[in-house]
Amino acid sequence: MKRPLLLIPAIVFAVMAVLLAVGLNLNPREVPSPLIGKPVPAFELSRLKDPQATLGSADLTGRVSLLNVWATWCVSCRAEHKLLMALAETGEVDIYGLNYKDERDAALRWLQVYGDPYVANAFDDDGRVGIDWGVYGTPETFVIDGDGVVRHKVIGPLSADIVNERILPLVRQLKSRG
Amino acid sequence: MLPRLLRPALLGLAMSMPAHASTLADFDFTGNVSEAHYKEVISELRCLVCQNESLASSQAELAQDLREEVYKMMDAGKTDDEIVEFLVARYGDFVLYDPPLKPSTWLLWFGPFVLAALALLVMGYTVRKRSRGVEQGLTAAERERVASLLGEETENRKS
Repeated sequence: MKRPLLLIPAIVFAVMAVLLAVGLNLNPREVPSPLIGKPVPAFELSRLKDPQATLGSADLTGRVSLLNVWATWCVSCRAEHKLLMALAETGEVDIYGLNYKDERDAALRWLQVYGDPYVANAFDDDGRVGIDWGVYGTPETFVIDGDGVVRHKVIGPLSADIVNERILPLVRQLKSRG
Repeated sequence: MLPRLLRPALLGLAMSMPAHASTLADFDFTGNVSEAHYKEVISELRCLVCQNESLASSQAELAQDLREEVYKMMDAGKTDDEIVEFLVARYGDFVLYDPPLKPSTWLLWFGPFVLAALALLVMGYTVRKRSRGVEQGLTAAERERVASLLGEETENRKS
């Protein structure tokens, strides 16, 4: 090529196009959680079904589990509920719930009508524990390993793809590690 | 007078406003916390729900909760750094309008300067090359052609 400098605009254009294409395909709602790789935040809340008993960080330690943040006012929680039911039925992993800024009666009714995939639910009335978990867009689902370390976070409703391609493989891998 | 048709719409709008919009009036600024300082802190933090609003301007429920947390922390005598640390530990650097300087943000901080330097280099190179070209001047054949073109033009003007 006689004048290689003429290529520069074309190269700059190509680089910008690639960067913008990547940027446009990122989901700005998915803010990476600083909790990944850290132990679960300490908490202790009353249980949804049995207010006398408590559910806390100690219950999320010892075996691989999921923590699903949900509320009856959350429309997309309704959308992912069926998947949670199916996931619970496989028996592959314990699902705990964090019932976030909800009303006890409404939440109990929801579980009665749509089914209850949870081992137990913590009742986070004022959302204070939600803040410690960095919750900002229900539903959110955390994968927690046997040592009580947060391994993964899904923001927004679960989909069959997310469950089959991200959650279940990770759960199996964490389990096999012991 | 408002057009009749508009009135129900405005009423509906007014009724859809959050009933418990938490405003600065909800907080007591007569004690440990100065209002100006509080405003300054919350306007430098970003709301995660309405992502282009600050914690100060957002009416998302989470923003209201976080404003309350910030107030409580200030009331308890926490420093600004401690408050920011609290939020970053939970929500990440995303809550900061002023991103910290670290390897993952180098491109963000230095990228524009690198681009500007590249642009200057290319410009310098081009300008030097061009001025060299001018010094060389025109060849005899080119001179002749210019003369004939200019001559033609003056002819045209006359007619």
